[in-house]
Amino acid sequence: MFLLIATLLKFIFFGLVFAIGLAAVLTWMERRQSAYSQDRLGPTRAHFFKIGGKPFTLFGLLHIAADGASMFFKEPVTPKNADKFLFKIAPLIGWTTALVTLALIPFGPSLPSSVFPASWIPEGVETIYLQMAHVDSGILIVLAIGSLGVYGAAIGGWASNNRFALLGGLRATAQSVSYEVALGLTLVGILMAYGSTELGSIVESQNGLLFGFLPAWGLFIQPLGAVLFFIAATAETKRTPFDMPEGESEIIGYFLEYSSMQFGLFMLGEFLEIVVLGALFTTLFLGGWQFPHLIGTDSVSVFGLFTWNGPVAVAVSGTLVFCVKTFFVCSLQLQLRWTLPRFRYDQVMRLGWKTLLPLALINIFVTAGLIWWDPTLSILSYVSIGIILLFVLVVIAGPRRPPQVAHGH
Amino acid sequence: MLEQVSPSFLLFVPIALFTVAGACGVAFSRNIVYAAFSLLACFVGMVGLFAFLSADFLAVVQLMVYVGGILVLILFAIMLTNKISEVRRSNPSSNIVMGGVLMIVLITALLGVVFGFPWTVGAPQPFAATTETIGRAFLGSYLLPFEVAGLLLLAALLAAVVVARKEMTPAEQDGKGGTP
Repeated sequence: MFLLIATLLKFIFFGLVFAIGLAAVLTWMERRQSAYSQDRLGPTRAHFFKIGGKPFTLFGLLHIAADGASMFFKEPVTPKNADKFLFKIAPLIGWTTALVTLALIPFGPSLPSSVFPASWIPEGVETIYLQMAHVDSGILIVLAIGSLGVYGAAIGGWASNNRFALLGGLRATAQSVSYEVALGLTLVGILMAYGSTELGSIVESQNGLLFGFLPAWGLFIQPLGAVLFFIAATAETKRTPFDMPEGESEIIGYFLEYSSMQFGLFMLGEFLEIVVLGALFTTLFLGGWQFPHLIGTDSVSVFGLFTWNGPVAVAVSGTLVFCVKTFFVCSLQLQLRWTLPRFRYDQVMRLGWKTLLPLALINIFVTAGLIWWDPTLSILSYVSIGIILLFVLVVIAGPRRPPQVAHGH
Repeated sequence: MLEQVSPSFLLFVPIALFTVAGACGVAFSRNIVYAAFSLLACFVGMVGLFAFLSADFLAVVQLMVYVGGILVLILFAIMLTNKISEVRRSNPSSNIVMGGVLMIVLITALLGVVFGFPWTVGAPQPFAATTETIGRAFLGSYLLPFEVAGLLLLAALLAAVVVARKEMTPAEQDGKGGTP
């Protein structure tokens, strides 16, 4: 009974409040960020009442509520020749897969059961995981569930009985199938380095320091894997620059016939996917809830100025750190959309099959060789730091476009 | 009979019924898209059966390979079929007599095995993770069969590309060489 209630509480906190809440905030953030990138103001006006003659807008955050209300009050239209049943269930599929993936992600360090009153705890339970499902084959399940997400777009596109929607569904399917291969292969390096498929123990293995100061996160052991994973996962979320399935300027997308909250579910589901991707990237490559110099094994200390001891302290601050990191990855994703132009369709396919896939394979072989040479991972980390420096060098000294002649005002 | 009804039996029956219902849907649906989705239900039911039998790795692989891979490709193929507008007759039944004979023979054989074989029921084991064991077996004692199976699949893949690819005449190649 205790475990059931605990799982329910974890779901309410991590699934409903954090993930869906963050997804809702991201809808606002995306609009504000696009406005900022394009020198506009963006949504700032929705308000219910005024304080001192000025509308109480909360930086435009109330637009989330206003959008939600407007979606709910619109009429859901089902096209006459649409497949009624499949048309209705399609928006729910993406949500289901996203929420199931969240269940496997550890959002905080595990608590010893002695924190709780002994009478609550069932016999034989010693640790309470801050993770809804502590499953041994965690990362495999994440990949398996992730491959189901495409059904939403495919079914929605087909059931709408609209050629543009069908094209969107087909593009989504082709793109997702292509990038899944690279997505799975980029994670093999992480699996080999940490020797586990359980997400909680992958996070546990990312403790400690490299060279005495650098956190031993996946990003610093598998930099190429991290970059490839981020690209492939962005392609899976179908966002710009990979927004072929919903190119507004050409085919509008697989949700073309959807209206009202049915469309809202598709849209919010896409932002939920961003949150899931952020949480997954944090877990695998950013050390999850770990933060060296700040969170120790059973105490939290901010540069010695402030200390807080005990497992509860570690759990609370670990969860907070996880949420902040996830938010950071999500905002990186949003910024990508307003930084990069979109690909052409053949470029998407070529990038997936001819660039990401070979690079992922090379990454696997090099990583395997280095781990075989030195199982303590120290040679691997030297090589990885070299790769990171190479990335930095390419960004700083790489080819760039000649400066454009500014238009006169 | 009633004292044999255990919680696991109550769990098993809905999973099995779901699987069988999916399989029936594949066989009896007139609409080929619905047949594909019934296949989805059937595969998901099998995932449940594997999980029920504590084969967590097999359940995940079933989900990843069949539901996430093969069925997506089947759906892709169906959606690209030309005559999809005629949904009513997209999955016609034919050869009912031969099929019926085959069904009777098959069911007799299967039921014979089910009731004739002395099944031994072991004591239920506590749930143990199987991923690591299977991984070690694949890359340890069964390395050669594993690699040979991989080569076989690669050969099949290449053969499928050769069969599916349209041969281009030299003139066509001159005309539109490059990306489609």
